[in-house]
Amino acid sequence: MTQLLEARDLVRTYQVRRGLFGTSTPVRAVDGVSLAIKPGETLGIVGESGSGKSTLGRMLLGIDAPQGGDVVFEGEAMPKFGTPRWRALRARMQLVYQDPLAALDRRLTIAQQIGEPLEIHRIIPKEHRAARVAELMAAVGLRPDQGGRYPHELSGGQRQRAVIARALASRPKLLVCDEPVSALDVSIQAQVVNMLRDLQDANDIAMVFISHDLKVVRNIADRVAVMYLGRIVEEASSDVIFKTPLHPYTKALVSSVPVPGKVLEGRVILQGEPPNPANRPSGCAFHPRCALASDLCRSRAPDLLAVGAGRTAACHMVQAPAVAVAA
Amino acid sequence: MTSNLVELRDLKVSFDGIQVLHGIDLDVKRGEAIGLVGESGCGKSVTWLAALGLLPGKARVSGSVRIEGRELVGQPRAALEAVRGGRIAMIFQDPSSSLNPVLRIGRQITEALALHRNLRGEAAKMEALRLMDMVGIPDARRRFDLFPHEFSGGQCQRLMIAMALAGEPDLLVADEPTTALDATIQAQILDLLIALRRETGMATVFISHDLGAVSQVCERVLVMYAGRVVEEGEIGTLFDAPRHPYTRGLFDAIPRLDGERRRLIPIHGTVPDPRRLPEGCAFAPRCSSAIDACRHLNPDLTDMADGRRLACLRPVGEAWSVAAPAVLEGAL
Repeated sequence: MTQLLEARDLVRTYQVRRGLFGTSTPVRAVDGVSLAIKPGETLGIVGESGSGKSTLGRMLLGIDAPQGGDVVFEGEAMPKFGTPRWRALRARMQLVYQDPLAALDRRLTIAQQIGEPLEIHRIIPKEHRAARVAELMAAVGLRPDQGGRYPHELSGGQRQRAVIARALASRPKLLVCDEPVSALDVSIQAQVVNMLRDLQDANDIAMVFISHDLKVVRNIADRVAVMYLGRIVEEASSDVIFKTPLHPYTKALVSSVPVPGKVLEGRVILQGEPPNPANRPSGCAFHPRCALASDLCRSRAPDLLAVGAGRTAACHMVQAPAVAVAA
Repeated sequence: MTSNLVELRDLKVSFDGIQVLHGIDLDVKRGEAIGLVGESGCGKSVTWLAALGLLPGKARVSGSVRIEGRELVGQPRAALEAVRGGRIAMIFQDPSSSLNPVLRIGRQITEALALHRNLRGEAAKMEALRLMDMVGIPDARRRFDLFPHEFSGGQCQRLMIAMALAGEPDLLVADEPTTALDATIQAQILDLLIALRRETGMATVFISHDLGAVSQVCERVLVMYAGRVVEEGEIGTLFDAPRHPYTRGLFDAIPRLDGERRRLIPIHGTVPDPRRLPEGCAFAPRCSSAIDACRHLNPDLTDMADGRRLACLRPVGEAWSVAAPAVLEGAL
């Protein structure tokens, strides 16, 4: 099947100035990421803060222009940010992010906001707009009377439903969700995750689901990419990657998830913190926190290579352990 | 009865005439680790803010909070300040907003040491360095004079814990201490809390909505809903066989990392608005096993045979006949 979206070798660098008069240094937030998403598929992206997952999400939508590499959406190169062509394309791909209160205009009612994309993209005639808004609200489980409410009058879960309804208004083919349920309680989280999956199935929407919560990602994603310091370090189907993680970082992530009712034992607890992207370690960026690191890991960064059917990993120890130790 | 370090009895709180806490009874024994779980807005944090007199002036607090028999509710500020930080310390979710951004970190820790232990000068500095070491700040001596923004989120939380330990408290109340942190850092902080409790013997109250994190750290758990405790028990008892439908619902809603990938099981609806609490059991409108009696009667928290406490007319795991039990009919 052809890909809905393909990203090749994306690079995004920020200039960070240290101190008031300090010189600015480039920080590679995303450092050569390639990925592909099929229509209707969900790709989960996990990683810690600073791993570049949000920047990647914005580049996939063309909001941040990549400084290297390119994005191809439905077979065509991503137009430049802000151009009429890009704006037109935005109806086909939408963004949902963590804080619905910040994403909503507090002076407009929920129904007005859900109707806005219909107006902007001139999708349906004015007289049908109210009916479409009602349909969207029903699809995300909001009551008709809540359409007249303002964002502050709704709960966190309801606000996120409203944001999702607005994102769906233009019938997008791709939804990039950046931590969409992280601010919600587990009970409500489950409601929103189930709803997203149903909407996706019903409308054949592909999704990039960015989250630091492995449990949620496993549940919603077909495939998962693990990011560390701007690079994908492992990618596999969601069933496989959590059952048999290969990269030492994925192993540590999986093992750091506390399981209810089980006492802490035999967990891999990583020492240290994710390094500052401005001060990237030599070789494999993970080596200072890795128990397996060899000299090769300290000197040469591993490439993301196939390590079995349908899975890739960027780790010398996984790719060729004997060679790595000998080196 | 004196074996308890802290005893809360019938603790009630209302804001502007709206009651948000409906009589909490809770004991903390010396050295014990208990968890408080429930959705946002269930009163987990308010319970401890009220106990320590940290709520704003418009809050009305009634009931009793005793630390080793000494009453705290209604005491003057000076009496409370001797307890806060000294006997009971509290840390919060967002460490960077609890630290003063314009003061060097060393100064903030030594300030706590001067206040609670009367340590000054070189003695205070030595102790502060020891605490920074203890909570796992690498290279403490060199970083003593840095500002909070020069530390990462996980390290700021470690520094908050160091400040909380400065008063050598008997009880540490940790309010969602790992919620804002990354998974691998969260694991480190949980580990630190466990190690500190082992080393210092201080009791811990761990407030969290993450049942996984709670079961790593705690021995006993209280589940709160709409300002009440609805179930309480040892971790093993509660997690193996939750009896309150709300506890069960919280467990079921957590996505799993192992086993089949399946559809999540949410709890329908939301936590009720304290201004419009339903009649009867507050959970009844969201509860799939609720019967008519649940919509009229509010069950008390009752001691059960297996050592847990439970407030429910229709506990999970009991075979219910279609008709309401005779006891309930009598009560109606």
